[in-house]
Parts: sequence; C-alpha cells; structure tokens
Amino acid sequence: MKTNGKNGDVRIGFYVCHCGSNIAAMVDCPAVAEYVRKLAGVVVSRDYKYMCSDPGQELIQQDIKEHQLNRVVVASCSPLLHEHTFRNACAAGGLNPFYFQMVNIREHDSWVHSDRAEATAKAKALAHAAIRRVRFHRALEPTRVNIHPDTLIIGGGIAGIHAALLLANAGKKVTLVEREPSIGGHMAQLDKTFPTLDCSACILTPKMSAIRSHPNITLWTYSEVAKVDGYVGNYTVTVKRKPRFIDEELCVGCQECIKACVFKEPKFADEFNVGLGKRKPIYIPFPQAVPQVVVIDPDRCIQVKTGKCKQTCVEACADRHAIDFTQQEELLEIKVGNIIVATGYKLFDATRIPQYGYGRYPNVFTSLELERLVNSSGPTTGEILLRNGQHPRSVGFILCVGSRDMKTNRWCSRTCCMHSMKLAQLIREHTDADVTIFYMDIRAPGKGCEEFYDKSLKDGIQFVRGRVAEVTDWALSPEEEGKLVIRVEDTLAGFVRRIPVDMIVLATGMEPQADAQEVRRLLNMSCSSEGWFLERHPKLAPVATFTDGIFIAGCCQGPKDIPDSIAQAGAAAAEALSLIDKGYIEQEPNTAYIEEADCSGCKSCIPLCPYTAISFDESKQKAVIHAALCKGCGTCVASCPSGSIKQNLFEDEEIFSEIEGVLT
Amino acid sequence: MKYSYFPGCSLKGLGRAYEESLLPVMKHLGVELQELEDWNCCGATAYMSVDEAKAGVLAARNLAIAEQNGGHDLLTPCSACYLVLNKTKHNIADFPDIRDRIHCALRSANLTYTGSTRVRHPLDILVHDVGLDVIKEKVVRPLKGLKVAPYYGCQVVRPYSTFDDAWNPTTMDRLLATLGAEVVHYPLKTKCCGGSLTGTLPEAGLRMSYILLKEAVRRGADVIATICPLCQFNMDAYHDQIDRRWGPTRIATVYFTQLMGLAFGFSEKELGLQRNFIPMKPRPVPPVAA
Repeated sequence: MKTNGKNGDVRIGFYVCHCGSNIAAMVDCPAVAEYVRKLAGVVVSRDYKYMCSDPGQELIQQDIKEHQLNRVVVASCSPLLHEHTFRNACAAGGLNPFYFQMVNIREHDSWVHSDRAEATAKAKALAHAAIRRVRFHRALEPTRVNIHPDTLIIGGGIAGIHAALLLANAGKKVTLVEREPSIGGHMAQLDKTFPTLDCSACILTPKMSAIRSHPNITLWTYSEVAKVDGYVGNYTVTVKRKPRFIDEELCVGCQECIKACVFKEPKFADEFNVGLGKRKPIYIPFPQAVPQVVVIDPDRCIQVKTGKCKQTCVEACADRHAIDFTQQEELLEIKVGNIIVATGYKLFDATRIPQYGYGRYPNVFTSLELERLVNSSGPTTGEILLRNGQHPRSVGFILCVGSRDMKTNRWCSRTCCMHSMKLAQLIREHTDADVTIFYMDIRAPGKGCEEFYDKSLKDGIQFVRGRVAEVTDWALSPEEEGKLVIRVEDTLAGFVRRIPVDMIVLATGMEPQADAQEVRRLLNMSCSSEGWFLERHPKLAPVATFTDGIFIAGCCQGPKDIPDSIAQAGAAAAEALSLIDKGYIEQEPNTAYIEEADCSGCKSCIPLCPYTAISFDESKQKAVIHAALCKGCGTCVASCPSGSIKQNLFEDEEIFSEIEGVLT
Repeated sequence: MKYSYFPGCSLKGLGRAYEESLLPVMKHLGVELQELEDWNCCGATAYMSVDEAKAGVLAARNLAIAEQNGGHDLLTPCSACYLVLNKTKHNIADFPDIRDRIHCALRSANLTYTGSTRVRHPLDILVHDVGLDVIKEKVVRPLKGLKVAPYYGCQVVRPYSTFDDAWNPTTMDRLLATLGAEVVHYPLKTKCCGGSLTGTLPEAGLRMSYILLKEAVRRGADVIATICPLCQFNMDAYHDQIDRRWGPTRIATVYFTQLMGLAFGFSEKELGLQRNFIPMKPRPVPPVAA
C-alpha cells in the first residue's frame, strides 16, 4: 500500500454522486464537478449516477491507478451510510483509506433545501472545503483490539438465562451474575404464559437447571457487579458476592435446616410470593430455585443479628457442615471481553395512585399478587381467595395502572392487556366469578394475541372502555354494601357507571429498575429520558449500546413480553459471539494523541475525558492517552492549554483549511 | 409565630362561625394573626370563569399587600380563596402574558409583587408549624367517643396539593385524633359537595351533598368536620330539601376549628356553634380537666 506521505505532490480525484434524483433534483451535479475541476490539486472530477454502486467504486479504483491519485473526495450521502464503502474502494485501488474524505450533500443539502441555485452553491462550498482539507490527510492504520473470549451476563431472568445458554452451548465461557438468591426473575413468578397458556415454570425450569449444570457457565447468585474497568474485549469486572451464610458447594437443598430453625412457623413476608406468603429467616426462595441452596436473611436471623441463637439449623446440618456464619462479603475480579446487561424491570408501585385504593382496601391486588394466588405452588395453593378467605364472586381488572398516564409513566407497558386477559381467563377457569376488564384500548398485537382477545370475549369476560376514576367503598345502593365500587365513565355507553365487585386487580406497568442509573454509570451506557437503557439504534442496532462490547437484552431496554425478551437475548448473544469468534475489532483511528514534548503535565485533560481514557505517567510527568479507550470526542484536544493534544483526522490544519474552503 | 390573615368575604358573612372559632383557637395556641389591611375579594368563582387575568389582578393585590406588610405567610382559611390565591401565584410564575397584565394593573395602584408571599391553609399551619404535640397539650376536654367524618372538599387538595395528598389527605384526620375524637373512615373526604350547583342546578348539586351526608351517617359519624365555608353551607343549609327528596339524613357539619375550640375548653357560643341549622347532637360534656 502506498503511503503518499508528502503533501507536496497532491493528486485529488473528486466524484459527485446524483444518488438517482435524491441529490441531482436539487443540486446541479455536473456544475459542481466542473467547479471542482478547476481547484488546485484536482486531477480528476466526475459526476456519476450512483457512486456506491459497483461501477461507481470501480471508477475510483481505476482512476487511482490511471491518474496516480493520492487523495479521493466523494460528495454524496452521509458518511454514516457509505464512508466505509468508499474507504474500501480506495484501499482496493491501493490507497490508504484515510486519504479519503466524504462530503454530505444529501442529508445536509439536497434533502433540506428548496432552492436549486443555492443548494448547488452550498454543494460547491462543501466540496471546496473537503478538497482543501484532504491535502493534509495522513496515512493511518486502524487500531486492532483483541477480544477476550469470556462473557459476563448481568441478570438471571429469562433474557440473561437464554443468552448465557446460547453462548455456553457455542463453547464460550460465561459468568452469570444475579442479585437475588435464585435465578428465574419475574418469569419464575408467573403461573401461565399468554397466549398459549403453557405453564411458565414448566418451560423455564429446564433452562434454569441447564444453567446450573452447564460446564461453561459460572453462576453467581446473591451477587452484584460492583465495578467495571476496561474497554471492548478487555473488561475487568469486580463482583460483590453477598454472604448467604451457606457453603453453596456443600448444601444439597435437603431443607432440614429450615425445619430445625428456632422459628417454628414461617413469620416473615416472602419476596417470591410478593408478601402474600411467609417464610423463615432461613429459606429457599421457591421450590424450583436454582441453585437449590438455602439462604439466610441477615436482617431476620437471630444468630446473624445478635450472635445469640441456639443454632438448631447448624445441628440439623451436622453431617454436611454447610452452614457457615463466618462468611463475609467477597469481592471477586473477572476478565471478560463482552458484557450483556439483562437487568429487567421493576413493577409500578400501585400506592402511587391512591385513588385506586391499593394498600387501603385489602381486596385490591396487583396483577403479580393475583399471579401468585392462581399458582398451585403459591400461598393459597392455587385457590383464588379474598383476604378474608372467601371466594370472590366478581372481579374487576383495571388496566394501565402506571402506564399511559401523564401523571406517572407515559409509556405503554405492552404486556398488561394480555397479562390481564390471561389472568381473567384463569379466574373463569378456576371459579365461577364474573370478570370485568376496564381498559382504554386493548393492545394485543403479538402472534396469537388477537385470537386470545377473541377467546376472552367469547368466554364471557366483560370489557368496559374507560379510565377508572376511583375505587371506593361508599355505597349508594344495597347491592353495593360491603363491596368495592369501581367508578368509571363508560366511554362506549356514554355515561358514568358504578360497578360493585369483590376483588380488584391492578394491572401495574413496568418501570426501569430503581438502580438503573447506577448500572448505567457503571457500564457507561445511556438511558432514555424514561430511564430505560438506550440501544445504539432503535431499528438497526436494537441490542448494541454506545459502548462497544456492551449489549442489552430484555426489559431493561423497555417493556416487552417473554418472546421478545428471548429474541433480544439471542441477538445479544449473537453480537457477542461475532466479536469473540473474529477475535479482534478494528477501531477508527480518529483518536487523540499527545505530543509528549509539549505536554506540561497540568492534568487538566484527565477529569474531562468521558471515557476515562487519559491517565498520568508519574515518572515522565506527562498525560497518556489510551487509544483503545479513546472515542475521538475531541474534548481534551480543545481544552489542552499547551495545545499538545492532537487528534487524527481532526488536526488543526485540516480543520482550518476546511473552514477556508467553505468560506472561499 | 406570626402570620398575615386573609379572611375573605365568607368568613365575614356566611362562614363567620369559621372566623369566630379560628381566631380564639389560634390565639390560644400563641399564633399571632394580623388581618391584612384593606384586603379585597380574592377573585373566586365568577371572575375566574370570565377572565383569569382580571381575577388574578384581584388576588394579586392581596398578595402584594401581604408582601409589603412584613412578608409573613398569608393564612387563608377559605378553600376558594386558598385556591384562587395559589392559582394566581402559579399563573404569575408560569404565564408571562398574565404576569404582565397583572403587574401593569398593580403598578397603577402603586403596588408591586415579586412572588414571595406564601399562601398557607390553617390546617397546614396547625399541623406543620404549631405541631400536634403542642395542640395535644392544650386539650382539656378530649372529644372522647365523638365519631367525626373528616371532610376536606376539593379546592384545598386539588390541583395544588401543597401540603397533603391530593386523593387521600390525612392532616385533619391526625389533628382530630389528637383532640381525642374517633375519626371514621370516610372515603368521600375529597368528593365535591355540589359547589354552586346547589343554587344553580339543585337536582345535581343537592344530590352530591346528600351522598356526603348519607355516607357519613352510614359510617356511624356523629358529626362531619369541614374546612370550607361553601361545603359547610351546602351540607348544613339544605336539609329540608334533601330530606324531601331522599329521606332524612340529619347530621351536623361543623368547622374543624370549632371542634378544636371545644376540646380546648371554649363554650359553644364562643365558637359560633349556635349558628348551625343542624346543631351538633348534644352529648354528655365531661368536666374540664384542671
């Protein structure tokens, strides 16, 4: 490859693209070519219908050879679209690809203007700028970064589980970190899944067991990521492992210790059953928990709190010695190449809408609470009961609680319509209660979902269209005595109704996790204004983030159902796999570098760098930029008081000559 | 503890029992009230629906006088005044065109208003500034056995729920419990009393008052405690018409300050309780503790 390093003998080829009529309709392309032809250093100047087509690219390659071009400028669309194409064409013609400069006369010109003469003048000015700038380009080499083959997955819900299994099955090592004592996430709490009504546990638990037994997967439950350092391919992650006071290797899940606990009866609200059931201080979160290892709640266990317990649990485990009250919090460090974030969602707190009475009226439930009531391993062994133990004769579902609401969350949580209809069908199946669903719109767009809606209607579930105003217990008529009354404007019937029911289910929406902002900072990701992790592109890069080597899957990116979460998890695993199997990535060499002789060692650049790419060499008293971390944002370049920081492709002379060109 | 006091028209007329009970109670608690000099109509109801800026000028004149006379928080007992003064503060802060019109009008009366006056409700001041502990100390005749339905009405909590929850306020509940009363669960505590509809569209307006009264009776309340002159009037003055339409639902509606005064040992007369159309049921009066 020729380097053509000297600026003296510059031979520029210029190409202006018609882009069919996208550019040519508003810019006089032959006139632009004619104008550029007369500029200093230009050897060839052409206009062509589609520069990105194969013949267009060949034109560049031929000209490089025939006319000994050592600079190429193409005026066409956005560099985001085709810079890569034309750089490759230059390389194929034997020219270092960084001798190429692109001018955007489509998005920046023809598409946004309506005066052909002025748009043509603008195209000429932009082209002139590029011709001036390209003269100062230098030959650069992309930096190559090796990819560590292991992957970290944060979050052991269905998305994290699926991504872990895919990578592990491909022979890659995976560490799966889960905050709770068991993996499974929200899916483990569900009874049936819509629209097929297959049992959630039956389809989830085989995958959970596979995680535990897979030789390529290290499972760390009851653990959290504390620190992430490094860059794509080379992340160093510190994981905090909370003490569960049980040796995971020794415990076989026999639960003798739970029976032996000094608390004879379960006494404390059980997280898995959303507080509807009780557990002891030593417990297994749920029957299918993975790992099948007990855990001790440090806030409830007398021994942990006071050190003054008879420790009957330890006696019960005398032959295995799995209980270990000396366990301390551990910090472990691992090295990985990629990270998949699948941290899920938090349910909307229904007490934030006090007019629906959650927390005030005992028989107002959330949909997740009802899910546990319907489940045969739940606190009522599957019987749908009011708090007083009676069977409800009528149930009302209120949709969009904390969704599509200007006062709380504006977004649609996407799953609640279907989830509520599923629960409604289960109620109809298990009891003879009347069920009414209060909705604004029924959103059932998934595969098989509209059919499910049809079935709900045929099953005799009532649908009332209207945003419920309030849930109350004041009675106007004898039928309302002792009932919860739903006050709603029925927008189809056109009047205000009062509908008395025994049980109310609030379809609470999804929210970003409470600590989503901390996770975002930890991993240097972005969040949407609502707090969901932001994908790199809403359509074309839905699981990538703005940080290379970090991918997102499942509900941490936005509300979605199980199939969509799994699809994203698969996509994230495939993205990681493609980096791992290639083994390296090439990075754009538009990075900043330090002219060491000029650096005064003032350190002012170090805190400014958003990517923590700058460190300080104490022995030399100079700043050092780590090229693999640098994203080329230019903040340090602009701020350096001694002007010793420069940036490839954005050198002062390149920028100034570009400005001169555009002003000429 | 010193506040400017804006009585508004109600407390000098229809709702004078509110003032008659508020003033001694506040004095008893060591709260100094200075009635705003040369106050005028707050701008409520009719003005507001005709021209918000003009109504705002009326309200802002009061705010400006309060700001220039020591800048104390402005105690505003009437719910309608409380809402309009707060709304005007918001309008001045958020809408430059209304702000300009109001400032221009104030200038012609040699007044200025920078926006600093805080509009406070007596409930807010009693519970948050004075404190329930201090109030408890002053209780000499606990309202033991008196079942009270706490009724807040709409204007103090919505849309500017400045000191309590908009849907389930509890400040008065806690205050009444401090007086020794039994607070009954009253889910209608912020439901409309009928407002001016009792006069303009009685069929609808009276029905709303009736619902409030009936539910309080159904809940076993002896009395309804309110914080708004219009609510008190609607729920007290129309019993004949309500009874004729839906059957008797006799229950007294009094100001919460009247119940405070009773607990503090004041006589019914001193608190204006004789002004009620439907009197509070006589109940055995325990001796005042020494």
